[in-house]
Amino acid sequence: MTYVGDVLALARKDLRLELRARDTLPAMLLFVVSTLVVFHFALPAGADDVAAQGLLWLALVFTALLGLARAWAPERESAALDGLVLAPCDRSAIWLGKAVATFVFLSAIAVVALPAFALFFAPVGWETVAGVVLANVGICAVGTLLAAMAAASRTRELVLPLLFLPLAIPLVVGGVGASVSAEPARFLAFLGLYDALFAILCWASFEYVVTE
Amino acid sequence: MIAARGVEKRFGRKRALRPTDLAVDRGAFAVVTGANGSGKTTLLRLVAGLLAPTGGELEVAVDRGALGFVGHEPLVYRDLSGLENLDLYGRLYRVPERRERAGMLLERFDLWDARNDRAATYSRGMLQRLALCRALLHEPELLLLDEPFNALDTDGAQLLDRQLAELAGVSTVLLATHDPERVEPLATARLALT
Repeated sequence: MTYVGDVLALARKDLRLELRARDTLPAMLLFVVSTLVVFHFALPAGADDVAAQGLLWLALVFTALLGLARAWAPERESAALDGLVLAPCDRSAIWLGKAVATFVFLSAIAVVALPAFALFFAPVGWETVAGVVLANVGICAVGTLLAAMAAASRTRELVLPLLFLPLAIPLVVGGVGASVSAEPARFLAFLGLYDALFAILCWASFEYVVTE
Repeated sequence: MIAARGVEKRFGRKRALRPTDLAVDRGAFAVVTGANGSGKTTLLRLVAGLLAPTGGELEVAVDRGALGFVGHEPLVYRDLSGLENLDLYGRLYRVPERRERAGMLLERFDLWDARNDRAATYSRGMLQRLALCRALLHEPELLLLDEPFNALDTDGAQLLDRQLAELAGVSTVLLATHDPERVEPLATARLALT
């Protein structure tokens, strides 16, 4: 229970910081809606809904990237990450707390992005919703770890996309597959497997990322 | 409590700390001095476990949770209030009755009236006081202080003098400073880095 309590306390801290500073979520919301509007005008008239599904996933991944780039910004200021690393809690709780908070942000994005997509392009089915939820878990697991690695670099804005986008390809494949395939369950299972595998890897390796 | 034999640290080709020997017994008050760039901060970060040595041996016989650290940065969240910062750290350090302990420290370091203000609105000296509250919150066995008098006004420095006098002999203290005369009456061990 102590571990869960630490995770919840750290996630609550991130949500409280965002509610106060409003640094990240409004920018992400504006970005995802703007991107869908641009795609709406960029897609030729008469293009089918399958192509549009791909654009939805592009918008979601790049919006997530925007949020991940700022995920560890509060810890960089005043070196608060050192304070967390020195605390006797399990260091993986720091990663999990950040991942939980990021998941809440991405869920808020999905709540706006999916209706906007339905408005501009095509109706959204349960397969797409399930795909987005599972993909968001993977994005949070991998993205928060990579963002922590990038945060230590002077060129973090360049490093994070270079690290994250290759690892996001399976999420896009699974998400688009779940949205357009006649057998969405296969792709959803693939996303679930990705989530489980990378969650365990990130959970186990975070300690080595934040210590020399 | 701390034993270092030839411990050194390099960042690439740059040497941040020359091979250094250090022995600090439990309950000692050790003062580290040295010119800028001699490695005082690096030594304290090595002892805290925030850096790994690139040479030599370093043993610190204390759990991570029994270590208090004050560095050049306050290690607090700027958009949380002073009280919220201490509450978060109190939770992570498993401090019993953390609210009461946080309140007592905020009063002692004259931050009680600003307890609900965001740390971003604090002056540099107030942030240093908050950093001291954070480091003392869990009553650490080993206290690592890197230039703790920095940014403190006369009242703040006197408060810290009194706090250090209370801690001397009770906790083990490793303090890096440019002003060793200030803590000379408390010092039981000295290390001059070159």
